Amino acid sequence: MEAKTSEEVKLSEEGIMSPWRLAWRRLKRDKLAMLGLYILAFMVLISVIGPLLSPYTMEEMDLSNIQSPPSFKHPLGTDEVGRDEMTRLFYAGRISLSVGLFAVVISTVIGSALGGIAGYYGGFVDTLIMRIVDIFMSFPFLPLLITIAAVMSDWKVPPQYRMFVVMLLIGVLSWPSLTRIVRGQILSLREQEFMQAAEALGIRDKSKIFRHLLPNTYASIIVSATLGLGGAILTESSLSFLGLGVTPPTPSWGQMIQVARDVYTLQTQPWLWVPPGICIFLTVMAINLFGDGLRDALDPRLNR
Amino acid sequence: MRQYITRRLIQMIPILIGVSILLFCILQMAPGDILSANVNPHMTAEIKQELRHQMHLDQPAYVQYFYWMKGVVKGDFGDSYYFKQPVTTVIKTYIWNSFILSLVSFILSVIISIPIGVVSATRQYSKFDYFFTVVALIGISIPAFYFGLLLIKWFAVDLHAFPVSGMSTPGTNLRGIGAAGDTLYHMFLPCLVLTLGSVAELMRYTRSSMLEVIKQDYIKTARAKGLKEKVVIYKHALRNAMIPVVTIFGMWLPSLFSGAILTESIFNWPGIGPIELLAVNNRDYPLLMGINLILALLTLLGNLLADITYALIDPRIRLK
Repeated sequence: MEAKTSEEVKLSEEGIMSPWRLAWRRLKRDKLAMLGLYILAFMVLISVIGPLLSPYTMEEMDLSNIQSPPSFKHPLGTDEVGRDEMTRLFYAGRISLSVGLFAVVISTVIGSALGGIAGYYGGFVDTLIMRIVDIFMSFPFLPLLITIAAVMSDWKVPPQYRMFVVMLLIGVLSWPSLTRIVRGQILSLREQEFMQAAEALGIRDKSKIFRHLLPNTYASIIVSATLGLGGAILTESSLSFLGLGVTPPTPSWGQMIQVARDVYTLQTQPWLWVPPGICIFLTVMAINLFGDGLRDALDPRLNR
Repeated sequence: MRQYITRRLIQMIPILIGVSILLFCILQMAPGDILSANVNPHMTAEIKQELRHQMHLDQPAYVQYFYWMKGVVKGDFGDSYYFKQPVTTVIKTYIWNSFILSLVSFILSVIISIPIGVVSATRQYSKFDYFFTVVALIGISIPAFYFGLLLIKWFAVDLHAFPVSGMSTPGTNLRGIGAAGDTLYHMFLPCLVLTLGSVAELMRYTRSSMLEVIKQDYIKTARAKGLKEKVVIYKHALRNAMIPVVTIFGMWLPSLFSGAILTESIFNWPGIGPIELLAVNNRDYPLLMGINLILALLTLLGNLLADITYALIDPRIRLK
């Protein structure tokens, strides 16, 4: 009897909780996911407020003190024109994180909208969109990205705007997989009774797709966007490392590692290229930890 | 089955045409052409005009596309500007180096990751499982080029244990086993980078697929029959768990040829990756088009192969 009442209390308690609060509660219990969240918050924090606290600026050169190893004044040393490496690392964090974030926003918006439209209308529209997805997905991602990035470098975009080009590029190329996921879910949601109700109420197509169908796929969209953020940050770093992404003087983590292509720097000045790599690694790992936790928390089949 | 394959092959044609149009449009967006940059300064405007005419560069874009496609259908991708050789010859020269490197790391990662994935799943939440979950997490989170640079620093530059770059020791003229040994020696570090990445991915797939299968009723039945745990896991569970993993193999097929651009270029491995970067940096558009189109074709074939294998090993799936 006693056990049954506690069960009932638990049930009624969960009954009034929204699915999102339930997921958050599950997420909070996942230690690894929370660790990921804390690391990520820390990386964002140092990128946002780090430059404000630093006594140096990003461009400030000190030619009397070039390529110096880490010291009390310069905790991560200085580069070939005497700029403080730690300050540049913070600024690079701003660039890398915001490029990743906006690329994911772009690809998520395109991916879910097209997935919703393809799944809802079916027929010709569906075929057209899915063939475009097939075309995009039959390219190996990095070779295509490099090809387009090379063409775009010829447009003579000023360096300070290059990061927007990179955001757009990564965002516009990475939507197809999300489109497939969303379309698949919309196809089955479309046949459910609430959609008949929506039909009977005479709701417009636009609001049927974006207000009634898509919100039901938010769980997978969020998980895909979270894990996509890690991918976008890695992609940006590879592209910038190859000199086809964010270009100097704007720093990004991947671009800061570029100096290590020179064997002398690689061997003797590890403070120039090891820290940015660690930053990429920690950020992406944190995102993956959090994303995995989020996927488990949002999956109603798992009840731990 | 044959009908299915034929239909899929026919379906590939419009996709490939779409791919080629997309590629062509991308390269059309580049300002200028090959003759407006890096050519002999002594070339007069008339000769340039003559050359443009010969290369059909004075024609509208869609006409150029048809000229190019006419060649492609016959297997002629034009001449590379940089190598001054047919694109197909250039690709043939380098693609096998990529293939060897990728194949070795692919085989290694299958051998390593599947047993680990299976054991992690059967002992979920054990120390073994946690340890390899962490390894997999590191593997998918570390940028390949950064890991490569760290390895070069530690093993090649500091310890002199392995060569920094290349595929063979310069100045030596080894044959037979000696040459193979030398290649393996050069292959070690790039292979390590590639293997870590793919082991991480494959291990996660195997583990989660295995966890899914172990919960199934037929596994309970197998245990209830009194079968040995080994037989249950390695015969009944593993076979079913491998089905989704096989699709990953198909997806990896194109990457065996496309090589890992970053890893290859860091280690100066003479594969298709550095060639692609060379083509990018020299704006060698015929070569770039050729490489991308061939990679797209391989991707489509890989997907088809994955679907066929899928049906062959899982009788529940009927190809229609």
